[in-house]
This record gives sequence, structure tokens and C-alpha cells, in this order.
Amino acid sequence: MDWLDQQQQYFETLQNFGPRLWDGFLLTVQLTLVGAALAFVIAVILGLMAGSPNLWLRGPARVIIEFFRGTSLLVQLFWVYYVLPLFGLTLESAFTVGVIALGVNYGAYGAEAVRASLTSVASGQWEATVALSMSWPHKIRRIIFPQAWALMIPSLTNLLVHLLKGSAIVYIVGLNDFNWELDQLRRVTDAWFSYAFIGLIAYFLFALLLTQGMRLLEIRAKHRLGQGPTIREILSPTPKMPIASAHPGSAPLVPGGKAPGGQG
Amino acid sequence: MNTLTPLFTAQPSGEATGNIWDWDFALEIFPEILTAFIQVTLLVTVVGTAIAAILGLVIAILIRVLPTPLALIVRWAANFIRMTPIVVQLLVLYYGFTWMDPLLIGFIVFGIHYATYMSEVYRAGIESVPKGQWEATKALSMSAGRTWRRVVIPQALRSTIPSLGNYAISMFKDTPFLFVISVAEMVSVAQDLGAQTFRYTEAITIAGLIFLAASYPTALLINRLEKRLAYAN
Repeated sequence: MDWLDQQQQYFETLQNFGPRLWDGFLLTVQLTLVGAALAFVIAVILGLMAGSPNLWLRGPARVIIEFFRGTSLLVQLFWVYYVLPLFGLTLESAFTVGVIALGVNYGAYGAEAVRASLTSVASGQWEATVALSMSWPHKIRRIIFPQAWALMIPSLTNLLVHLLKGSAIVYIVGLNDFNWELDQLRRVTDAWFSYAFIGLIAYFLFALLLTQGMRLLEIRAKHRLGQGPTIREILSPTPKMPIASAHPGSAPLVPGGKAPGGQG
Repeated sequence: MNTLTPLFTAQPSGEATGNIWDWDFALEIFPEILTAFIQVTLLVTVVGTAIAAILGLVIAILIRVLPTPLALIVRWAANFIRMTPIVVQLLVLYYGFTWMDPLLIGFIVFGIHYATYMSEVYRAGIESVPKGQWEATKALSMSAGRTWRRVVIPQALRSTIPSLGNYAISMFKDTPFLFVISVAEMVSVAQDLGAQTFRYTEAITIAGLIFLAASYPTALLINRLEKRLAYAN
């Protein structure tokens, strides 16, 4: 039982290594969440610009989006790390370098998702805001974005997982993230134990958690538009309640299974 | 690597090395970067795409024809590969199979990783084949193999081509990750050139522009193909 003995030994090593590995994992979580927050802000700004009929807004947005989508993440990471200091922009912490590279890269991808979902909002909704002479911020915030938000979540979920996976590369600018600590663990155990057994599974579980969280966000967004049940109804262990009784205000279900009346 | 950042701030500007962009130097290193691009980056993309396109179809068909428990295993294995970082997958094989050539590891990892993405595209393509087509093959008592080969796959493939192309571009832009298993692909060659001379701007920018020059026109082409296919339907 040589192999089993060795695995047992590895697990003992893991116990000493645990706190370090956990710190690395937390850093990866931070990179992912802060990077995603930055990416989301960039995506919304660029997406709104790219969806605007004004050429002076659309043009620059298109150039920026295509530039950051077209060049690779690693190139951008090196660019932020080596070239930005030449323009007098020295970033003190490697964390900032990583977050900026992840944020602009995935923000540009996200901008396409935002733009596409803005154009998918029914044109009647846009026309209605004009008819009501709503101001631009008002109509975007109250009418258009809530509907576009429900549409863009699936794409954003994919991008979030991409961002998490991309964050495994930023150790090269000197961050002791999860991937880096896995490499340290590999030196005292072996690649299969540290990278495959610990690393891949932990990354997978975190990615799964993120996708499930985004799914809940999507359910909530749809519910607020009057489509589908609430999160609580989905999570409750009791059998599904008919939609009519859950929403006193809404009309009862017709036999065809489709609720009458418009949505959103 | 951390020692390089202060080097720049300490250097006086205006000297030959202090210019942000040096055309002579850029022209000098361009051929080397382009060679790495053709020999490694393009090669991995082409071989990886070929593996992914075939394996993706196999996965999609397996999930469809296998009995439920086995199909579930295949599906979750594909999910697992899709939701974990390519970088870590490269490192597992690199340190796990030390006898394997790093470039070969690159082919395998990129091929398998993107096969899991492409299998989803194929799945959607297969599901888009009308039910009547399946029923017709049954009415004509075609064998399962013949049904797939002659009826389902030709119809399923048509609509998948643009999405497959987009994943090929994605893979192309992921190839710099080969950096971590010390394959001399374009970005690591550029980084090396930068490290030798402490001039990173030209090398890194050229590498980025080559990516842009290769991926943007391809993306436009795929976009047009997509519109044409949508129009034909």
C-alpha cells in the first residue's frame, strides 16, 4: 500500500499547509469579486456608450471594446505591469495590477453582453419612455436597465467564470494567489495531489457557487419583471405553489398554463 | 520580477533607453515575435481547434446516446473541465507527466478544454434538428449510425460553424497561458525580449497588435457568416 501511505503523508503536509492555502484561496476570491465589480462598471459604461445612437459615444466605445477583446489577457497584464509605469502611472500593489487587467479585459467582453441585451429590450418599451418624456437617466434606471439586466445575466455568468479562471494567471506579477500557493504545495507533495485533487476541485466548487448565485440573481430579476416565481418559492422544500396563489395581485393561471397579461 | 518596476521610474527620460517607443528596436524584434506567432501560437490554435471540434462532437453525441447515468457522468466531467482554469490544467499535466513535451501538453489541454465548450454548441445544433427528421429515419428504418451520419449531423453542423469559430478565436487568445509551462509562444518571447533589454513597451505592444490583427478580421468574417446563415434560414 505504498500509494495510500504516500497520500496519507500528503494529507498531513496539507494540514500544516492549510492556513497558507486558505489565504491564497481568499486572495483569489477577492481578485475575482473585485475584478468582476470593476468589469461590471466598465461593461455598463461601455455597453451604454456602444448602444447609443450618437457616433461620438459609439465610436470610441467600439474601439475600446474591440481593442481589449482583441488583445489577449496576458498581453494586457504585462502592459499594465511594464508599460503603464512609463506613462508615470506606477501601481504600487500587484493586486491593483491584477484587478485592472482582469477588469478591463472582461469588462470589454461584458460590454458586448450589455449592448446586446439593451437592443433586445422590446422597442415598445423605448418608445413608451419617449412618449412619457422621461429623462435619459430615469428611463435607463427605471425602465430599460431592469429588463436588460434579466437578459444579460446568463452571459455575465459565463464571463464571471471566465474571469475566475483567468485570475489563475495573475500570480506572474507577484501575487500569492491560490494558484501560487498550489505550486508551493506541489513542491512538497506532487502535482496530482496539489493541482488536481485540491486545486481543480476548489476552483470548480467556487465556480459552481458563483454560477448558482448568479442563477438566484436571474430568478430575482425575472420575478421583479413579473416573470417566474420568487427565490423563496424555488428554495422552499414544499411542493411548488401555483403562481396565482403566490401573487395575490396577479391574475389566475389559465388552463393552457400561460399567465394572461403582459410582462414587465 | 518585482524589481523591474522601480527601474523605470529611476531612469531619466530623454535618453535612448528612456523613450517610450523606439521604432528601430520595434522593427528589429518584430520578425522574432512573428516567427514565434506562426510556429507556436498559430500551430497550437489550429491543432487545438481540430481536436476540440472532433472531440466536442463526440462528447455531444455521447451525452445524447449513452444511458442516463453514464451521460450524466460525461456531462459533469465536461462541466468540471469547463469550469476550472486552463492554467491549472496545463500545470497538472506539465508536472504530472514530466516526460511529455510541453507543446503536446498544450495541444491536449487546449483541445480538451475547448471540446467541452464546443460540445455545448453541437448539443444546441443537434437539438435544433426537427423531430420529424428523426421520425423519418425511423420510418425508413435507417440504422442509428446512418441516421447520425447522413441526417442529423449534416443538419446540426450548419448552424454551429459561427459559434465554433468564435471559440477558436477564444482559444487563440488563451494560448499565451502556455507561458506557465515554458512554451516559447509569442507573448513569452516578447517578454523575454523585453527582459533582455529592459524595453518592454515595443515587444508587448507588438504582441498585442498581432493578436488584434489576427483575431479582429476573423471575428468580422464569422459575424458575416452568421448573418448569412441566419438569412438563409
